[in-house]
Amino acid sequence: MRLGTIVWREMFERRNQLFTSFLAILLGISVIVSVKNITVYSEKAVARELDALGANILILPKSASLQDYYGSDVQEDVFPEEYVARLAGSDLEGLDNLSPKLSMPVELAGRRFTLTGILPRNEFQAKASWQGAGIFTRPLGCGAVDIPGAVAPPAQETLVRRRVIDRLGEADALVGADVAGHLGVTASDTIRILGKPFTVTAVLPQTGTVDDSRVFAHLHEVQRLAGKGPVINAIEIVGCCDQISRGLVQKINLLLPEAKVVTVAQIVDTQIRTNRMMSRLSLLFLGIIILVGGASIANYMYANVFERRREIGTLMALGAGSSVVLRMFLLKALLLGLGGGIMGYALGTVLAVILGPRIAGVPVLPILWLAPAAIGIATVIAVLASYFPARRAARLDPTLALQEI
Amino acid sequence: MLRMESVTRHYTLRGRKVRALENVTLEIPRGDFVSVVGPSGSGKSTLLLTLGGMLSPAAGRVMLDGQSVYELTSEDRARLRRSKVGFVFQTFNLVPYLSALENVQIPLYLNGMAPAEQTRRAASLLEQVGLGDRLDHKPSELSVGQQQRVALARMLANDPAVILADEPTGNLDPETGETVLGFLEQLSREGRTVVMVTHDMRAARRARRILKLVDGTLSNGRHPSPRAG
Repeated sequence: MRLGTIVWREMFERRNQLFTSFLAILLGISVIVSVKNITVYSEKAVARELDALGANILILPKSASLQDYYGSDVQEDVFPEEYVARLAGSDLEGLDNLSPKLSMPVELAGRRFTLTGILPRNEFQAKASWQGAGIFTRPLGCGAVDIPGAVAPPAQETLVRRRVIDRLGEADALVGADVAGHLGVTASDTIRILGKPFTVTAVLPQTGTVDDSRVFAHLHEVQRLAGKGPVINAIEIVGCCDQISRGLVQKINLLLPEAKVVTVAQIVDTQIRTNRMMSRLSLLFLGIIILVGGASIANYMYANVFERRREIGTLMALGAGSSVVLRMFLLKALLLGLGGGIMGYALGTVLAVILGPRIAGVPVLPILWLAPAAIGIATVIAVLASYFPARRAARLDPTLALQEI
Repeated sequence: MLRMESVTRHYTLRGRKVRALENVTLEIPRGDFVSVVGPSGSGKSTLLLTLGGMLSPAAGRVMLDGQSVYELTSEDRARLRRSKVGFVFQTFNLVPYLSALENVQIPLYLNGMAPAEQTRRAASLLEQVGLGDRLDHKPSELSVGQQQRVALARMLANDPAVILADEPTGNLDPETGETVLGFLEQLSREGRTVVMVTHDMRAARRARRILKLVDGTLSNGRHPSPRAG
């Protein structure tokens, strides 16, 4: 016989009375676990989608507007390429990809297209000072991890969306679908732009955007053709959304006061709004479980203490001190919390895995770290809610407890 | 030695002040068997609980083996109860969801005995009261007389020097009641102090001394005769 024997036997004997409060904590914890589980995978999915969407911060010349940028993609104004080095060499966190570019209009076979100079990654890595800043030592995507079932975009698509390509020779060109169609070229053909021959290394897939009318070439070659020196007219950045919300844009503004820093606010806001909504939902459910689950357990415990007054009095007569009685009820609360937490985690995880794809449209897998959190929350709620009933039991007047005497 | 020194205890019931114990002085030597009789509400229960360290008096002292019971902390009083005092209740107060064996184990557990030793001693006590074949039965699976015997075994678990019995035969048929009274007499003969509250004068006469309590006041100790049994 141990204290646990008494507690366990009593719980089993009166399991019907226990059922309601156990159910309250079980369902509460399941809901929290499943919402949190879906939220985590939903956030990952959103982060991945944003990652695929491309740049969410643009650095433009002061005079340019976002509408101009997306409308024509070509500005007259430029700023020094050295801005890229300034950003790469800074200690700013949350800069996932820096893509400097210089765009200029060109005429090919009687039609106007855009020639865009981009810098391949191998050239970033060649610059020791930039490498030291660790820009490219981090994984891409701001923590957007692989999601089961999701397929990584092909390299050419990555180029279109993110302006990132590993290697690009100075005589290489990648051409958009419209350009290729108009010129009738395919990979390994040669095209002449402003008198310079370029080898077509790839034809980009149709995107339905201005990129279809674009020819990508090495930034330094485009700078030479433009004849403006080492300048660019935009830096596209994939900024980590949580860092953007913590003032990344303001920090870039301080670093580059001569440039204009804009965010693709809609994209960033979507994620931030989604994340906030999910976080608030989790908090709301946590509040509900604390109130409803806690009240249910406290109510059950008070009723249990009342029902067991004679038993408590008997235990006191047999030599149990207040501490034994207190421990007896708190141990019961602990078991209730542990049971509710473990089963709540299991049920919540099953719900999340089944309902996640239907509700949030993302595949959901179990998250192990939610188990200790769920068990901890359930246990703390159960023990705190039972403390006052347990204390009442420990302070019970034995004459009331043993009314027959 | 169990002693009450000028003990007073009042309580209020529906706005009326009730004198449960009024300046009660009482001395019960080791091994004595005392019955306390009196009408309902006369303070018998209060007397028993006060003697057992369960109910502190408003005034006066209760001494057990030279120790002032209510000058101890509540935890020390609990320790004193489990080592020296055994209660017997009219309705037995067995814990309904525990088996006979586990009920007897409770005071042993409270006294810090190891589980294996608890089981051994509890089984031996139940053997002594003739319930060796009912160890795993719950109270609801036992007859009234068997339940009282489990309660007696539980009371004896920690070998108490003082036994406080509240109407121990009140719920029993005459034959079982007789067995219980015989049992209390035997415990008294073994040197334990027995204080029994009862309405039943036949049961009361089995004690060496009868105390009468009326309105919280004690009229002292006539010795019954002839002593039955």
